[in-house]
Amino acid sequence: MFGYVLRRFAGAVPTLFFIVTIAFFMIRLAPGGPFDLERPIDPLIMENLNKAYHFDKPLWHQYFIYLGNLLQGDLGPSFTRRDFTVVELFQTGLPVSIKLGSLSLSIALVIGTFLGAMAALRQNTWIDYAVVGTATLGITIPTFIIAPLLSLVFGVMLGVLPAGGWDGGSFRNMVLPVVTLALPQIAIIARLTRGATIEALRSNHVRTARAYGLPAFVVVVVHTLRAAILPVVSYLGPTAAALLTGSVVVETVFGIPGIGRYFVQGALGRDYTLVMGTVVVVAIFVLVFNLIVDILYAWLDPRVRYD
Amino acid sequence: MLKNMLKATVFATTLVSTAGVLAMPAFAEVVYNRGNDTDPKSLDHHKTSTVAESHISRDLYEGLVSKDAKGELIPGVAEKWEISDDGLKYTFHLRNDAKWSNGDPVTAADFVYAYQRIQNPATAAEYANILYPIKNAQAINKGTAKPEDIGAKAIDDHTLEVTLEAPTPYFLELLVHQTAYPIHKASVEKFGDAFTKPGNMVTNGAFMLDSFTPNDKLVLKKNPNFHDAANVKLDVVNFIPFEDRANCLRRFEAGEVQSCSDIPAEQMDYMREKLGKQVHVAPYLGVYYLPVKGKEGGPLRDPRVRHAISMIIDRDFLAKEIWHETMIPGYSIVPPGIGNYDNPVFLEYKDQDVLDREDKAKALLEEAGVKPNTLNVELRYNTSENHKNTMTAVADMLKSAGIGSTLVEMEGTGYFDYMKNDGAFDMSRAGWIGDYSDPQNFLFLYESDNLGFNYPRWKSPEYDALMAKAETTVDLKERSAILRDAEALLLKELPAIPILYYSSRNLVSDKLSGWEENINDEHPSRFISIGG
Repeated sequence: MFGYVLRRFAGAVPTLFFIVTIAFFMIRLAPGGPFDLERPIDPLIMENLNKAYHFDKPLWHQYFIYLGNLLQGDLGPSFTRRDFTVVELFQTGLPVSIKLGSLSLSIALVIGTFLGAMAALRQNTWIDYAVVGTATLGITIPTFIIAPLLSLVFGVMLGVLPAGGWDGGSFRNMVLPVVTLALPQIAIIARLTRGATIEALRSNHVRTARAYGLPAFVVVVVHTLRAAILPVVSYLGPTAAALLTGSVVVETVFGIPGIGRYFVQGALGRDYTLVMGTVVVVAIFVLVFNLIVDILYAWLDPRVRYD
Repeated sequence: MLKNMLKATVFATTLVSTAGVLAMPAFAEVVYNRGNDTDPKSLDHHKTSTVAESHISRDLYEGLVSKDAKGELIPGVAEKWEISDDGLKYTFHLRNDAKWSNGDPVTAADFVYAYQRIQNPATAAEYANILYPIKNAQAINKGTAKPEDIGAKAIDDHTLEVTLEAPTPYFLELLVHQTAYPIHKASVEKFGDAFTKPGNMVTNGAFMLDSFTPNDKLVLKKNPNFHDAANVKLDVVNFIPFEDRANCLRRFEAGEVQSCSDIPAEQMDYMREKLGKQVHVAPYLGVYYLPVKGKEGGPLRDPRVRHAISMIIDRDFLAKEIWHETMIPGYSIVPPGIGNYDNPVFLEYKDQDVLDREDKAKALLEEAGVKPNTLNVELRYNTSENHKNTMTAVADMLKSAGIGSTLVEMEGTGYFDYMKNDGAFDMSRAGWIGDYSDPQNFLFLYESDNLGFNYPRWKSPEYDALMAKAETTVDLKERSAILRDAEALLLKELPAIPILYYSSRNLVSDKLSGWEENINDEHPSRFISIGG
């Protein structure tokens, strides 16, 4: 097992290197640079700026400077937020995104699997129809509608929760963003669980368990859900990576200082280092969570072995 | 046990909250949550250029001269000044009680150091050119002179002498700009780039930096060492960035912010009805115009064709229907209400009915040899709902005069890069917000060596000569007449068609007082108070 994890980590390094290289050159393909604004800069001053930030050097040279710094854990200075280095920005933003993401993921997981299992066990009853109907609705209504709607209803009309802001991560300020992030995940997880549970209920090992006369609770929880949770677990890998690295929409609408917005702000402002930093962080999250999913699989599914 | 604990908790909570309520009047801080367009790129004012950044720097720093809530010039760190007869030498007398937030006195040397630093090529200051009128400033920025050569000298701690390259009648206006604020030498030298971090930063304005969380808020606290601190009513100013105007509106309605620096124009009717006088739309120092380039020898190079297009554009419709009256119909490059400019010129058909103008336009096109439905114009703009709507409406108006058009949308950064690098285009859009209240700040856009702004690469030796002459003219009346001639020439040739003037758009809670509409849209928190 330990050897497997080690091998996977070693395999992730070239992947990461590949991602960094492609991203570095891709962002440079976009026209313009970090100093091209609506108000153009005096050419002379532009020259000073380019010199100050090494943009006067050939691209390959800049690439090696970047790689060298990256190896030392230095993601460089931000061009659009010059009082901060990219690492500093992530130091304040990442905990915020992780806090929001993990909360909404946990809520979605508990409620989603519960609803999905309920729907499967009561297949073709009103419970099932209600869950499936609501889930379909939850998946189809996009976040950029739900977020301002929640803010408008609970923040402006009812005035029971803040319409936006972070306030250092107080509970009141987290409710609406967490709900917004969790809603579509609840819907997806419920649907996945329902499908997998129905399939598991019909599988041989569950029939055998029933034939042994095991109590219904044991049959459902130990034998059915354990098998049914597998597709949910594989879905959770990339989803957790996405949720923990922040959501552009939720952060913009509620004014939250996470890292989700940095990718878009960085790309639009041609803040090369900030975009690269975001790419590196997201890539690491995806690699790590895929690994976690694989390990969980081995633990949940007795058929899977890593040697 | 549990019951007792519960009791104890309830008791403690009551006690604490009662104490809190009783203590309120003594400790309550007056907090102003102020919506801003974006976060600052930097708190180092030598590295700033945007309007959003200027709002913050204005609260953190005080320049030699300052502006009051109405936008009128008032003494700042300098309590009085003299100007030599040739307009080249300014002698400023600094007030004795001007202090930095750490208690150090603000001296003439602080200004000299700031002016040297901003021009030093190593600083890479984006807006160093604002201060080019100071002697040797441009040369230092180019690297052909040393920072010590700057035309600013500290005669003693409280006397500053500034020498200019040429008489610059708007020089005092420039000194209000954030690039002209002083800087605390000791902390810049001690901390380097990190001097802008909370705890390191020392400023001389009404407020000082407390904390800065990107995408969340920038917290300023009242500076007790400020010379006019007794009249500063706010304890805390939170600058909150809003990329999306609708989000600011929601938080304004929820009472979480007391002002927004922009408003969603599409919700104008709703806001006017719901928020009434809290919606502020006022004339602003900015112009929205359509640069015209076309191909060498093509019809768009003919001023008559450009005028025909200009006549067809129904500016009232654009202002009312597209921009919901957040813009004002525009017929000149220099917006009205600007300083140092009398009897401004406008396009001659300013007051004509648009239907009459259309007939004239058709006649002009015929005269220029452009037959109906033979001319096709490409309209290029940067991504934005408002620009898109504007260009779509313009396309529709052109159609009525038999001019076809194609819309081309480009993402912002790429668009400006393309325009600046002599990109081939027919018609595009651009906007310019003045940095200081003087016509020169608008007319310099079309000087032929101004490659960054003169998108059509329009060249007129006559125009350049007029601008050069205005530069050296001390007499304000005479200078104003020269600049007027320059603008008249620009409007005759029309390399860019002015269509709208910007207006400032703010939501301001009726709980705020000391917030006044002005053409610069500058509202120092220093004069603002909340409640009674």
